[in-house]
Amino acid sequence: MPISDSTREQMREIAARYPSARSALLPMLHLAQSEEDEITTDGINACAEVLDITPAEVTAVATFYTMYKRERVGKHHIGVCTNTLCGLLGGDAVWDSLVEATGAGHNTASPDGEFFLERIECQAACTHAPVMTVDWEFMDDVTPGSAVEVIESLRRGESVQATRGPAIRDFQATERTLAFPDDGLADAPSVDDKMLAGLQIAKERGMTGGNA
Amino acid sequence: MSTPLTPVITEFWDRPDLYTLDGYRAVGGYRALERALTMDPDDIIAQVKDSGLRGRGGAGFPTGMKWGFVPQGDGKPHYLVVNADESEPGACKDIPIMMANPHALVEGVIIASYAIRANHAFIYIRGEVPNAIRKVEFAVKQAKEAGLIGSNIQGSGFDLDVVVHSGAGAYICGEETALLDSLEGYRGQPRLKPPFPAVAGLYASPTVINNVETIANVPYIVDRGVEWFRGFGTEKSPGFKVFAVSGHVKRPGIYEAPLGITMRELLDYAGGMRDGSEVKFWIPGGSSVPMLTPEHLDLPLTYESMAEAGTMLGTGTPMVFDQTTSVVKAVTRWLEFYKHESCGKCTPCREGTYWITGVLEKFEHGHGQEQEMETLTSLCSQISGRSFCALGDAAATPYPAAMKYFRDEFLAATHTSADEQFDPVASYVFAGAAAR
Ligand SMILES: Cc1cc2nc3c(=O)[nH]c(=O)nc-3n(C[C@H](O)[C@H](O)[C@H](O)COP(=O)(O)O)c2cc1C
Ligand code: SF4
Ligand code: FES
Repeated sequence: MPISDSTREQMREIAARYPSARSALLPMLHLAQSEEDEITTDGINACAEVLDITPAEVTAVATFYTMYKRERVGKHHIGVCTNTLCGLLGGDAVWDSLVEATGAGHNTASPDGEFFLERIECQAACTHAPVMTVDWEFMDDVTPGSAVEVIESLRRGESVQATRGPAIRDFQATERTLAFPDDGLADAPSVDDKMLAGLQIAKERGMTGGNA
Repeated sequence: MSTPLTPVITEFWDRPDLYTLDGYRAVGGYRALERALTMDPDDIIAQVKDSGLRGRGGAGFPTGMKWGFVPQGDGKPHYLVVNADESEPGACKDIPIMMANPHALVEGVIIASYAIRANHAFIYIRGEVPNAIRKVEFAVKQAKEAGLIGSNIQGSGFDLDVVVHSGAGAYICGEETALLDSLEGYRGQPRLKPPFPAVAGLYASPTVINNVETIANVPYIVDRGVEWFRGFGTEKSPGFKVFAVSGHVKRPGIYEAPLGITMRELLDYAGGMRDGSEVKFWIPGGSSVPMLTPEHLDLPLTYESMAEAGTMLGTGTPMVFDQTTSVVKAVTRWLEFYKHESCGKCTPCREGTYWITGVLEKFEHGHGQEQEMETLTSLCSQISGRSFCALGDAAATPYPAAMKYFRDEFLAATHTSADEQFDPVASYVFAGAAAR
């Protein structure tokens, strides 16, 4: 599907943020992906046109970064951190349970197009291991059982809340946030007990950083 | 007496409105900026220099010195770039800072930009964490609306634009020169140094690149002063650190404490090891620094003491593993990561990570051969110091460090797989039915 004129206009808007337009390429590709659910030739051509560079130059960039997909992701992108800490603490088992529950595999979508699975690297949330992501929002401290429950709730169309972040939307909505981060969801609760672990002890014991 | 915790950056994280301008202002936010704007920019650089603040991105480079490298009066635009790519395995402190206290970062960005005379700042956040991106964007937007970012800020004559930039999934973009290429819209591959970014960085202009936590320290230093800051930590490692403790501990989480606290003390705050378990090995700050063992638990967590112990403080986010953990499996998994993230620019790292991973996977499956332990050592030494950037050195780190303490386990992996040596289920943090 060709990229619409209004999307091209938004691409120009992104480019205008930077002293040099080409700096906008990564967020522009996110925008293209939010329109098309993957990086298509049309998406690449639109970026190239707006920035006045060749499609080959855009392709070289798009293929370098793992978040850009060359096949349709479908409704939800599901990530499971299988880097050492999460993997060994249970992420490996979470992964197996999700493969079984969805019928999808690494970097492939489930037959019904609902879920695209990916073994992801460290998500900067190791304190909350094992970590799963839904459309890149945090699902912290999952078990094989709770991870499958998330999938089942999404399948039933129920509202699912990220553990630190907003209610889950879909993959394309998140990709749009990456291009236009002012998405009106900044009030989503994002601080949990683990982030407050030290502060709570300090308060109980009257420890402060005010004076050394 | 044990070292007390010192919540500074984390002090008000339990305020639900801290992420808003009003919430942040209610606890003294933007007071430092007000003061900074009345100061000579050089005096701010001097203050940060005197504080002894060292970069929290991993290398511990003195921040004030880095700012001082930017040539002044050169007629070129200057840039500040915040490295918020946090992708190092084990590192999980910048993302929490941005989600909980984004205005501390934004205030730091404005002050740092003023000090180095940058009229443009960029916050490069890894794309995989939209919730940090939207929080920081919201903070920037509010700061703009309040006239704290824009033209002639608070009547000071200082103009600043701040752009929040989304990455797209590449660990290498945390390397500062790869980050610059990425921010210019190219593949994220490292650049040759020199020239250093302070001289020729973004758009070939003088650029300071700092970590999120480094910049978030700045408002507190400007507000409370050098003496207060130096009241924490040691002579060579002054200040406090947002430590993030993960692994087989009872209460993994964020613990802000002075540099110089020991791992045993941090572990104690984290509730100790989970029931019936003991420390097998731990890593002070990311998979790129060598592992340590229980005998190192009483060393102060400072840049200098970690270096003496043959490792590095790194990101200051200790991962602690207990006796259920297979070292062979842990190291193999880390190497799979480096292989995946190698940018491919130079041969030792691109080919070396491929070969090391292949050999390690044989060991993980119990098919290693004894002489291949030598092969691995030699592969690592051919990558280390011979690669174009520090990712190569990092990839060559886990295996030799593990061999130093756990040679027997690799030897056993010549006939017994990692999963037979160590039941994977025992390592899980959930048990019984949940583990299935
Ligand atoms: C492969 C690689 C990844 C890195 N990732 C990060 C990162 O995610 N965040 C960061 O601040 N520094 C990272 N660094 C270090 C940066 O290159 C740089 O030293 C740092 O951002 C400087 O900031 P500081 O002086 O405030 O610590 C990485 C380095 C390498 C070699
Ligand atoms: S060391 Fe690895 S990541 Fe760094 S330039 Fe070489 S191939 Fe790229
Ligand atoms: S290892 Fe999974 S979030 Fe860090």
